[in-house]
Amino acid sequence: MEDNLANLKRGERCVITDVSSIHIPLKLLEMGCLPGNYVELVQVAPFQDPMYLNINGTHLAIRKETAIHILIKKIAYE
Amino acid sequence: MSKQINVALIGNPNTGKTSVFNALTGLNQKVGNYPGITVEKKEGICKLPRGVKAHIIDLPGTYSLNASSLDENVVIELLLNKNDKDFPDVAVVVSDVENLKRNLLLYTQIKDLEIPTILVINMADRMDYKGISLDLNYLEERLKTKIALVSTRKKQGIDRLKSLITNYKELSINHCIDLSEIDKNYFENLKTAFPNQLLYKLWLVITQDVNFGKADRNEIDAVTNFKTKSKADLKRLQQKETIKRYQFINDVLKKGQTIDIASAKDLRMQFDRIITHKIWGYLIFFVILLTIFQAIYDWSSVPMDFIDKTFAVLSEWTKTQLPKGAFTNLLAEGVIPGLGGIIIFIPQIAFLFLFISVLEESGYMSRVVFLMDRIMRRFGLSGKSIVPLISGTACAIPAIMATRNIESWKERLITILVTPFITCSARLPVYLIIISLVIPEGRIFGLGYQALTLMFLYLIGFLAAIISAYILNRVLKIKSKTFFVVEMPNYKLPLIKNVAITVLEKTKAFVFGAGKIILAISIVLWFLASYGPGENFNDAETITKKEYANQNLSAEELHQKIASHKLEHSYIGLTGRAIEPAIRPLGYDWKIGIAIVSSFAAREVFVGTLATIYSVGSDQEETIKNRMAGEINPILGGPLFNFASGISLLLFYAFAMQCMSTLAVVKKETNSWKWPALQLIIMSGFAYIVALIAFQVLK
Repeated sequence: MEDNLANLKRGERCVITDVSSIHIPLKLLEMGCLPGNYVELVQVAPFQDPMYLNINGTHLAIRKETAIHILIKKIAYE
Repeated sequence: MSKQINVALIGNPNTGKTSVFNALTGLNQKVGNYPGITVEKKEGICKLPRGVKAHIIDLPGTYSLNASSLDENVVIELLLNKNDKDFPDVAVVVSDVENLKRNLLLYTQIKDLEIPTILVINMADRMDYKGISLDLNYLEERLKTKIALVSTRKKQGIDRLKSLITNYKELSINHCIDLSEIDKNYFENLKTAFPNQLLYKLWLVITQDVNFGKADRNEIDAVTNFKTKSKADLKRLQQKETIKRYQFINDVLKKGQTIDIASAKDLRMQFDRIITHKIWGYLIFFVILLTIFQAIYDWSSVPMDFIDKTFAVLSEWTKTQLPKGAFTNLLAEGVIPGLGGIIIFIPQIAFLFLFISVLEESGYMSRVVFLMDRIMRRFGLSGKSIVPLISGTACAIPAIMATRNIESWKERLITILVTPFITCSARLPVYLIIISLVIPEGRIFGLGYQALTLMFLYLIGFLAAIISAYILNRVLKIKSKTFFVVEMPNYKLPLIKNVAITVLEKTKAFVFGAGKIILAISIVLWFLASYGPGENFNDAETITKKEYANQNLSAEELHQKIASHKLEHSYIGLTGRAIEPAIRPLGYDWKIGIAIVSSFAAREVFVGTLATIYSVGSDQEETIKNRMAGEINPILGGPLFNFASGISLLLFYAFAMQCMSTLAVVKKETNSWKWPALQLIIMSGFAYIVALIAFQVLK
């Protein structure tokens, strides 16, 4: 089922499936936000925004408005 | 003269690039600006074996050659311009062993420009801790380069780096990636059209909005079929390019790097769950801020008193020891107090930069950006605006320069426009002297009235900034792409050397930058106050003596009367009289008026100006203060500095835009006179109205 990154809850993990939206800045891809990479939500600020993510070992914060364009699939912890 | 090797240090932010720079050059470095823009240009000289020297440029940190900020533009502009005198003979790409994969993206881009490239893998001391091991021979072979494994913390690997730089001619200039595999058709066509040009360079010129050599751009525009691709198509190609680069990197690292996850430790996530927490995060931030302010005021008062006294003594000494004359007077009453007025700020500025640089070096500042983004966005600002707003308490100039990494132009512009409302250190001396004159010394709940007033002034400065940001956000119709990506780097213990160099540099920049203006103003003021037109000034002595002939004044009193008569008819006195009608409704006399006018060069001139105008020999605060307390309002009677005029003056200084250097920096950063002009008119107009209301209500 298609889902987007903004719906990720704290402690959940997901894998990125698609980042082809024009609203995703290139810089984010360059920092490792690419299909197939795993994402974990570290912390959210009040109102769920911005989101503090761990993408394959890169720790970064993005706003919710960007996160909704990143498509993901939630996965369970091994 | 032996030939210098031009070296460019390039790397992602937070890779310790500056530490490598400091290790190579030591104190042998200088900071300037790139022509026309205020991006800092750091360069230094490194001595290599056999008398060879390397000229090293520390380029701004960037994640990729696809620039998204002014700082990053500088990097590609240099790397694409072979004619630039700083064009590197060799590029040194600095990477962080913990984030090798991401750092290599930039590396593969640089390689595509066919510049000889050395790869530095920094922070090697953390490899064991992180369970990382590297197959350096394999990496060198696949990445077609030489690698220096460096730890600036343990001072390892720098010698190898130096010898690699010395022998840079042996480095390969082959690519890692074949661009044309991304879109065969498109890139083959490009290649055929420009057989003499580097493919990746063409691609960068097409996709970037930076100012390359005009020739390049025109050449490509002339052959129009390459622009036919829509923006979206180009972006799709860039995405493909990025994925392609990562495929290559992943492939290389699969064999070249092993990470033993079991022995890897990462306390960052545990830390950050608390430090960026909804409640604890804000509480910790608040406590840190409080501590900083407390420390700045407490710690700097001792050296400031010392500097104040030293200059008073020096001025006195000059007056008594040197031969009498105009030159001695200029020195003792103009230059020395002027210099003192600059140097007295050094302790505070240095402490503030010390704290800010520790917060940045440790990685904490990124957490604050994360915490504040949502709140700041309500007011049209970005989380990244918090850094300029905090540095604004030292000085608006470096603060405005710190806005450069805000990606959205609108958010950045608003931050630039509101930062001067933040109470900067130049307002402090004005606040302190007026508060001590007009606010009683009592206490409420254990807090002094005077301290509370000072806190209140900081608060209204901050509120003015936030509220005007909110209004600007509504009024300004600027459509700009807003995106927000902030890296949360690992926490690091700041390197003392790095912090020390930053503090030294910034303080130096303040002293020489602002200092020149303050010094010039005090000299000009002294001249204007010491000379005047016509008989009224030149015959002051005879006129005064005649006037007070039958009043039996002591020699001392008579001397005072002559001096004040002279002042009133000096150039400065005449100017003051001319502007008096405008400021009288605010409760000021012409002397305060002069002080305000000269404050437009720099606020801190206020106290010094009054010192000069009240013809006080020494500039000890007590003396000026007593003088000010003794001034009588010529129209209303009673002390000139009373509660009403004092509050009015404080509010005026809180809101008015009185700093030419800030205006100049705003002009540079926004590339237009419109914004500084608006700041000057709106802020000062608002200050006038508020001060007027305050005085008329309170008097």
